[in-house]
Amino acid sequence: MSEGFHANGGHAHDGAPDPASRRPAALTLVPVADEKLTTKDFKSDQEVRWCPGCGDYAILAAFQSFLPELGIPRENLVIISGIGCSSRLPYYVDSYGMHSIHGRAPAIATGLAASRPDLSVWVITGDGDALSIGGNHLIHSLRRNINIKILLFNNRIYGLTKGQYSPTSEQGKVTKSSPVGSLDTPFNPLSLALGAEASFVARTIDSDRRHLQGVLRAAADHRGAAFVEIYQNCPIFNDDAFLPLTEPTSRDENVIRLEHGEPIRFGADKSLGLAFDNRGSLRAVDATTADEGSMLTHDAHAADPSYAFALSRLDSSDVARTPIGLLRQAPRPSYDDLMSEQIETARARGGDGDLAALLAGGDTWQVG
Amino acid sequence: MTKQVQQLDRVIIRFAGDSGDGMQLAGDRFTQETATFGNDLSTLPNFPAEIRAPAGTLPGVSSFQLHFADHDILTPGDAPDVLVAMNPAALKANLSDLPRGADIIANTDEFTKRNLSKVGYEASPLEDGSLSGYQLHALPITSMTVKALEGIDISRKEAERAKNMFALGLLSWLYNRPAEGTMTFLEAKFAKKPEIMEANKAAFRAGWNFGETTEAFSVQYEVKPSEMPPGIYRNITGNTALSYGLIAASRRSGLPLFLGSYPITPASDILHELAKHKRFGVRTFQAEDEIGGVGAALGAAFGGALGVSTTSGPGMVLKQETIGLAVSVELPLIICDIQRAGPSTGMPTKTEQADLLMAIYGRNGESPLAVVAPATPSDCFDIALEAVRIATKYRTPVVILSDGYLANGSEPWRIPEVAGLPKLRDEFSFSSPNEWRGDGDQPQFLPFKRDSQTLARPWAIPGTPGLEHRIGGIEKADVAGTISYDPDNHDKMVRLRQAKIDGIAADIGPLEVDDPDGDAKVLVLGWGSTFGSIGAAVRRVRVAGGKVAQAHLRHLSPFPANLGEVLTAYDKVLVPEINLGQLALILRGRYLVDVISYNRVRGLPFRAAELAGVIQDVIANV
Repeated sequence: MSEGFHANGGHAHDGAPDPASRRPAALTLVPVADEKLTTKDFKSDQEVRWCPGCGDYAILAAFQSFLPELGIPRENLVIISGIGCSSRLPYYVDSYGMHSIHGRAPAIATGLAASRPDLSVWVITGDGDALSIGGNHLIHSLRRNINIKILLFNNRIYGLTKGQYSPTSEQGKVTKSSPVGSLDTPFNPLSLALGAEASFVARTIDSDRRHLQGVLRAAADHRGAAFVEIYQNCPIFNDDAFLPLTEPTSRDENVIRLEHGEPIRFGADKSLGLAFDNRGSLRAVDATTADEGSMLTHDAHAADPSYAFALSRLDSSDVARTPIGLLRQAPRPSYDDLMSEQIETARARGGDGDLAALLAGGDTWQVG
Repeated sequence: MTKQVQQLDRVIIRFAGDSGDGMQLAGDRFTQETATFGNDLSTLPNFPAEIRAPAGTLPGVSSFQLHFADHDILTPGDAPDVLVAMNPAALKANLSDLPRGADIIANTDEFTKRNLSKVGYEASPLEDGSLSGYQLHALPITSMTVKALEGIDISRKEAERAKNMFALGLLSWLYNRPAEGTMTFLEAKFAKKPEIMEANKAAFRAGWNFGETTEAFSVQYEVKPSEMPPGIYRNITGNTALSYGLIAASRRSGLPLFLGSYPITPASDILHELAKHKRFGVRTFQAEDEIGGVGAALGAAFGGALGVSTTSGPGMVLKQETIGLAVSVELPLIICDIQRAGPSTGMPTKTEQADLLMAIYGRNGESPLAVVAPATPSDCFDIALEAVRIATKYRTPVVILSDGYLANGSEPWRIPEVAGLPKLRDEFSFSSPNEWRGDGDQPQFLPFKRDSQTLARPWAIPGTPGLEHRIGGIEKADVAGTISYDPDNHDKMVRLRQAKIDGIAADIGPLEVDDPDGDAKVLVLGWGSTFGSIGAAVRRVRVAGGKVAQAHLRHLSPFPANLGEVLTAYDKVLVPEINLGQLALILRGRYLVDVISYNRVRGLPFRAAELAGVIQDVIANV
């Protein structure tokens, strides 16, 4: 994680520069706010309309209270969503926003981010929106590394259309459209993002506000495409889908908190670690007896995504061993910066375009 | 040797050969020479969709037709006066288009037993007397080329490949074309391969000299320059003109150009062209698919750019959902549909006009937008400016319906003065906080409060303080723009969106009718690329003493305000279209006029002679 703008609960380590002294990497071309904004400044006058108990409320609240930290004017924030319950979010944030069409938000956000480097562009999407109908736009926006932040609310179900199985539902899921169980093998969103060459891949949980905001902070500090999967509970159609990760009795056993540079320890009394087996997969080992050197210390910056991919494979449909935090943050040039650079280079070499010269180029002849 | 020079007023030449024979290049160069010489001209490239179809077969034939004249002409011509046939397939594929007496220049080297049998010739047509009705010039073009290049350090295969330049040299001599431009072109094209450059130049000269010395051609032809309005001219294809028009519109509107596109024939050349012009601040984005391309263009438009997406029919279908969103959020967006033969993949390199109904109506819900169509290749420049004017002023998507014929066809274009181009900057403005003073001097922005004249909603771009707002595909409350499911509000919004588009009719000028004596009883009404064919047919009818009026629609949605009056002013209205009557369907439905629909859907422009016959028949039946 970058120094100064910290994902780890907002506390800089001793000796690190003051968080205010540098700007998040994604925002270096975005103007600085004249005045300090508050959570309230990012609340729109629209009544929030999700089902009672929906995880989206928690995410919205965490997001709104995080936004002032960006230090940018409200008008330079743009939120683009697709279709689905989560995609209602832009209406509730007092910034510029577009509630677009199913699955297309990354495409629309790409055009906006590529032509307006002075904006901070966020995409709000869900598991159906991003991974089913919009799968193509998602993977290509990650591959290009366009400077957008993608928050995927994963509730493993179609909510807005009233409860069909989604591309992240576990196989055998009984729903209205799969009365004797779904046949599909689900996507692992993190594996998919890593396979799509994503330079920033993270996971967090709706109910863990502190962790969620830490991940958002890290995403904002990443210049390029940031992919954040947020486990989100749907109390109506898929209640308690992530219970093993939130129940006090089981969460310590299951949740693997990743901190860059820290040894990976989990389990009730931090008695477990992770080690590679001889086929390149990760397995849990007893930290009290295993050789210290064989157990992993987390490195989110590893250039090769194989390690992050191995982490992503720990997760399974039964929501057991689940890594959360930053799996990968390996910066590379963002598409929009490269696009601007090509234009600047062309202008530096040949000057600004001359329309009259363009029209009169090629073989011409004079009449009269 | 001095040869007899014969004056002609116009000539139609067709170069035909295998896909790999370089016929498009030869045709292109002859066109440039002809343009430089000062003739009026019109071209029709016709090539297979396959990049390298099996050699020597009928599907692999590629041709380039050029019509040039000492007067202004409107079409690439119906029937070639001269056919250059580089192999048996090229002869067989094109012979039926030739009138008796036409010249055929055939490359005998390729008329081998094997090549003849590939296309079903049992005996060589060059020798069996079957071409006795034509002026046949059977020449060993390949071997003459190879012989002429002896001494240049290239392989035999490379030498053979220069045969198109031999043919071009011969034709250039035959029609007295200036050769300097082609020499300069070859020098630039092969600057890094000096031997190949020398070979191509030598082949061209050999073809020229052959014409001058051989007795096979006793006559040289001359087509005097055409009288055109004074100015500086260049030859231009529709796709290049459209690209330039978009760049010009960007400059004249002050909006940076953003193109989101996915490669598709015959639209890709616009992407290629615009990708070259980064000095104009043009951003070209080759998207993951058609939907991504138009989505990015809409995103850019939300941010205040000139958002453009280019495609053809199969891509247009995919973009319609996003275009519907643009209709709903009322943002400017330009969609260029370079139509091709459908349905489905259809015939990618062949032209058609069958996307009209899809452009106007092909979205869910009541989803009105503006549609314009260029009439000629050079009109693609003007139509781009017009589309941008409408899109920005009315905050609406505008579809430009070009087609494969306009895209690749070319004609001389009088280069316009930049200062004379429309001042698009004056047609719209972004919303500023000052316009929205509310309580306590705080801006109170109403994203769907419309301009009373244009009914356009404000265009407030991100980064503007105080005008933060959310838009989307869900129905919005009139004025406030917040989500609304109110029944009466929806009815009102449906009507407002339609009224906005209808209102553009007052801003586009009336439909002009060409009716020289004012007493014609028959009107021919067309749209899009049929302008040239219809115009040429109308001339023929008039020369023969017939009376006919012509009008051409460049605006298809909305129509010019006087269209209904024009339609009812004539006893009969003939509507030729390269589809099964799509404009005719709308005209009948909207104006209750029983127009006569004439349709041919062959993937090619209409023949003027054929249309003239149709017009004569309608006149005879009044």
